[in-house]
Amino acid sequence: MTKKIEAFIREEKLEDVKKALYDIGIVGMNVVEVHGHGRQGGVTLAWRTSTYKVDMLPRYQLNIVLSDHNVDKTVDTICKAARTGQVGDGLIFVYPVEDVIRIRTGERGREALTYEGDIDTRRAAPVKA
Amino acid sequence: MEELQANVDSLTVSANILWVLIAGFLVFFMQAGFALVECGFTRAKNVAHTMMMNMMVFCIGAIGYWICGFAFQFGAVNYTYAETAISATQGSPTWAFSPITMGAWGDSLTTGLRFAEQWGIIGLSGFFLQGLQLSAAGIFAFFLFQMVFMDTAATIPTGSGAERLKFMGFVLMGFWVSMFIYPLVGNWVWGGGWLANLGRTLGLGNGAVDFAGSGVVHTTGGAVGLAIAMVLGPRLGRFNDDGSPNAIPGHNIPMGVLGTIILFFGWFGFNPGSALGIQGAFINLVSLAAINTLLAGAAGGMSAMVYMWLVGPGKKPDPSMSVNGILAGLVAITAPCAFVEPWAAVLIGLIGGVIVCLAAFALEKAKIDDPVGAVPVHFFNGIWGVIAVGLFAAGNPDTAAWNGMDQAVTGLFYGGGVGQLIAQLFEAVAIAGVVFVASYVFFKVLNGFGLLRSEASAEVIGLDIPEMGAKGYWEGAHPNLRSMYSPGGK
Repeated sequence: MTKKIEAFIREEKLEDVKKALYDIGIVGMNVVEVHGHGRQGGVTLAWRTSTYKVDMLPRYQLNIVLSDHNVDKTVDTICKAARTGQVGDGLIFVYPVEDVIRIRTGERGREALTYEGDIDTRRAAPVKA
Repeated sequence: MEELQANVDSLTVSANILWVLIAGFLVFFMQAGFALVECGFTRAKNVAHTMMMNMMVFCIGAIGYWICGFAFQFGAVNYTYAETAISATQGSPTWAFSPITMGAWGDSLTTGLRFAEQWGIIGLSGFFLQGLQLSAAGIFAFFLFQMVFMDTAATIPTGSGAERLKFMGFVLMGFWVSMFIYPLVGNWVWGGGWLANLGRTLGLGNGAVDFAGSGVVHTTGGAVGLAIAMVLGPRLGRFNDDGSPNAIPGHNIPMGVLGTIILFFGWFGFNPGSALGIQGAFINLVSLAAINTLLAGAAGGMSAMVYMWLVGPGKKPDPSMSVNGILAGLVAITAPCAFVEPWAAVLIGLIGGVIVCLAAFALEKAKIDDPVGAVPVHFFNGIWGVIAVGLFAAGNPDTAAWNGMDQAVTGLFYGGGVGQLIAQLFEAVAIAGVVFVASYVFFKVLNGFGLLRSEASAEVIGLDIPEMGAKGYWEGAHPNLRSMYSPGGK
């Protein structure tokens, strides 16, 4: 029913991804600074007389919790916005979520995720320009 | 007319003293330069400790130098130069390098230990600056100027010993340099001691000539730095068990570069100020020293940058080695600056920039860990600067009567023969040898009492908390300063 997307993207792609998500009506998200690597294993840098390997590279982890039926469109949007074509573009993981609670109102479940102008209300009643 | 002449003389002395004071203030500001370079090229977890060393080295050094350092270095300076002193105050200095540009010093600073008149070893008057009138403006200005020079030497080992030096060991090192080892060799070259008199005793040119201290300041500081780095041993994680090196990157290149700019600025007090006057011929020495300093620093930066670009491990113009190159050029020109032609200053700087790179690689090969390049910059280029005088000194007429001789300072390439070069070699070997050996023994003793190297546990978490009880950077304020890179797993 509810899913969580963890998207590991390049730092410089954050603005592009945010804008693309706002455009489709996803605004609830949080960002965590992480370091990591996939298969490419990092870079070699020089300091004075010797070199060193930095194998944990900085990335942003974007967390989004959303309804099941919006996952595919959101994942597509993130991929298009975050892709450069170079090794190191990142990964997206999708997890199931047990429950969602809005702290201010106590709403649970689907109601805790919806708001005026979000991706579902736009599909039902398209936003006028 | 006599009154007019007296006024002119008084104004002349005042102008000279003013220049020495201003130059001394510039050299004091170099402390900020050293502090920034050392902090920028070391890790954030040690920054409070590194900064404290570079600040307190001034406090400790000033007290130590006031207690006895100045007396050991200059306590006998007026003994050797008494006869030239009298004629100088009558308006015609017969000897270029005399503190007498700053007034008549009378009977003060005339006691020391010497053999056979010309073989001065150490001064023995002026302890605690006692026995001086409060109107001894020239001597006080001279003390200030010489103290900040000593402190430049004392702060060099804090760089090569950074990141694993106990603060107590540093404090004792500060007293060692300011109270004894620097004044000792400083007496030999500038205090009327035996190295300066080699012209009169052994016929070697003008004796050991060192305008602003490639030998006295930088070789001394570098030798103490080499000794402390060797006794301390490398930082944890710097070398693997098989001997291969790991880079330990510094945390703030902007600090390192800004520090170098400050040092360059301060050097315009360091070298030109060493003329100790601006009247008559002295302004020529001041101006020449200033542009030679400019040219050599620039050339050193260029050649080090190009060397790393072409030959270095990253094949890029490395920022930290390039600024080391600037400092190398400045160190190398410090002795010859008032004696050589501008083209020679450029060449000396170019060679200095290459020497610093070669020395840095050589130290790493020898498994000696110098985090900021203090030894390549100061020890190796200090020696190069001392030798360069013997090669490139151009017989500047304004240097006639240097060290009480009757000739201008002339090097091998200008028809001066090898006399001056041999005197310079005496200076280089004497200073490097005595300072290194004595300091090595001193640090070995300290280490034996557990006063030198910090505990491994302290070194791993960073010296700020264990040694200073205070974090340099509070992580709540700067969350991004922790690095994911951990050299050698430490």
